Amino acid sequence: MIEYLQILGQEIYKIIFLLVPILVSVAMIVWLDRRVWGLVQKRRGPNVVGPFGIFQTLADALKYIFKEIIIPASANKVVFILAPIVTMTLALVAWAVIPMSKDLVLSDINVGILYLFAVSSLGVYGIIMGGWASNSKYPFLGAIRSAAQMVSYEVSIGIIIINVLICVGSLNLNDIVIAQTDLWYVIPLFPMFVIFFISALAETNRPPFDLPEAEAELVAGYQTEYSGMMYAMFWLGEYANILLMCAMGSILFLGGWLPIMDIYPLNLIPGPLWMIVKILFLFLLFALIKAIVPRYRYDQLMRLGWKIFLPLSLIYLVLTASFLFYFDKLPKVNI
Amino acid sequence: MIVHTIFFYFFSVIAIFSSLMVITSRSTINSVFFLILDFISVGCLFIMVGAEFLGMILLIVYVGAVAVLFLFVVMMLNVAEQKQSWFIGKKSTHIPTGLIVSVLILLELLVVVGGWRYKEDLMSSSSLLISNISNTHQIGLVMYTDYILYFQIAGIVLLLSMIGAILLTFRERVGVKKQSYINQISRNPSTAVELKEVKSNQGVKIDD
Repeated sequence: MIEYLQILGQEIYKIIFLLVPILVSVAMIVWLDRRVWGLVQKRRGPNVVGPFGIFQTLADALKYIFKEIIIPASANKVVFILAPIVTMTLALVAWAVIPMSKDLVLSDINVGILYLFAVSSLGVYGIIMGGWASNSKYPFLGAIRSAAQMVSYEVSIGIIIINVLICVGSLNLNDIVIAQTDLWYVIPLFPMFVIFFISALAETNRPPFDLPEAEAELVAGYQTEYSGMMYAMFWLGEYANILLMCAMGSILFLGGWLPIMDIYPLNLIPGPLWMIVKILFLFLLFALIKAIVPRYRYDQLMRLGWKIFLPLSLIYLVLTASFLFYFDKLPKVNI
Repeated sequence: MIVHTIFFYFFSVIAIFSSLMVITSRSTINSVFFLILDFISVGCLFIMVGAEFLGMILLIVYVGAVAVLFLFVVMMLNVAEQKQSWFIGKKSTHIPTGLIVSVLILLELLVVVGGWRYKEDLMSSSSLLISNISNTHQIGLVMYTDYILYFQIAGIVLLLSMIGAILLTFRERVGVKKQSYINQISRNPSTAVELKEVKSNQGVKIDD
């Protein structure tokens, strides 16, 4: 029994060492997002708290913690409280399988990419629960919009993942990274990378697809009735999801923890650093797009997802498969 | 092994409890939430017996897509609160139907599980060869070779049902303006703007 307790203790220790850096980097990423947003619009952005304003998010978090949590009288209280918890938990739980280097991963499971996909498809529930439990019109409309949007774009993300998987021949995230040693998949699968990136924007409700919280139409969408710490949890979960999508993009297309080229000065840099650089690169793209692109209309968003991205990724899937088959490059399974 | 057993009972108790709550809870929304909890714990049970691919697919398909649609329907139809619970209401017509269906399912289960033990050379979990191939590969190897025909037929049946559902709900509405992107982009000032002489006190008729 003591052995089990020891194992349990070790696991908890590892989990804490995974969660704390993620929460800190989420705080940093919020600051970075606002800074980039400011710089694009020729403002300074948050620059008061701490050097370059790094501690702005911590100050905001403190403010949220000390604010009162207001629960509307007509809300379904249990579901209302559960919704931000679900969002936050699902956003953090997915990080268990993200490999930061060959050995630096919490659980190296066989179906890592399926796990990521499953957890990101569960993300809908936090939003839909929050919107319904608020018992108010704007949150409900926002939640319905958001759920439809996320379900639609998941389909094309799934097909893009299959595109990568038929090149790799394994569902393990480490195998996916190792298969890219010679050539990152961003080069042969470049159209898929673009579609993945845009679908990731829609999946995480980022501008230009932030229709669930389009402030001109729906006040703040599903977050309208939330306040204090519960709002902050939605917010943290959203940014953790964005980081997760960036990590997924860098694993699937940008070679994860691999260096750009396997030559002398570059391969001295440790894997986790490469991974962080790639995640940051993708996040900078996310932040720039937030600042420079206007919002889509809802029917345009749906049209883009179902009529353009889905057929394109299916066609590309057939092309990839026939290319691999014709040139006899299909991954070999050692049986 | 003890930890394994503890986890098994943990998940199965949650699964049984939540499936009971699905049929007994008064609020329909809560039923759907308990259904989701049920799916998740069954998925965990799948993973615990080593069928990680099936478990994940269960999560993706049922929890990620089917249950979302259930929630949609329940929320949209506004059938949230049932006035009387099924075991309290006096004249409920659902009980006999439900009883017949559940008795049938119970009989089927008995036949299947009973017949299972007397079939010869049936593969059982104790005679499984433990190999290095992950079970995703194994499912693929069986599904796309020996059972390719059934796989394709299942796909076609699903496609047909999808087309049927679309046909059933499709109605053509008249008088709806549609946006044509090509027309919009290919417009230019010379074709888009038209100058008209307006006579005093008569006005002009503008067609759109």
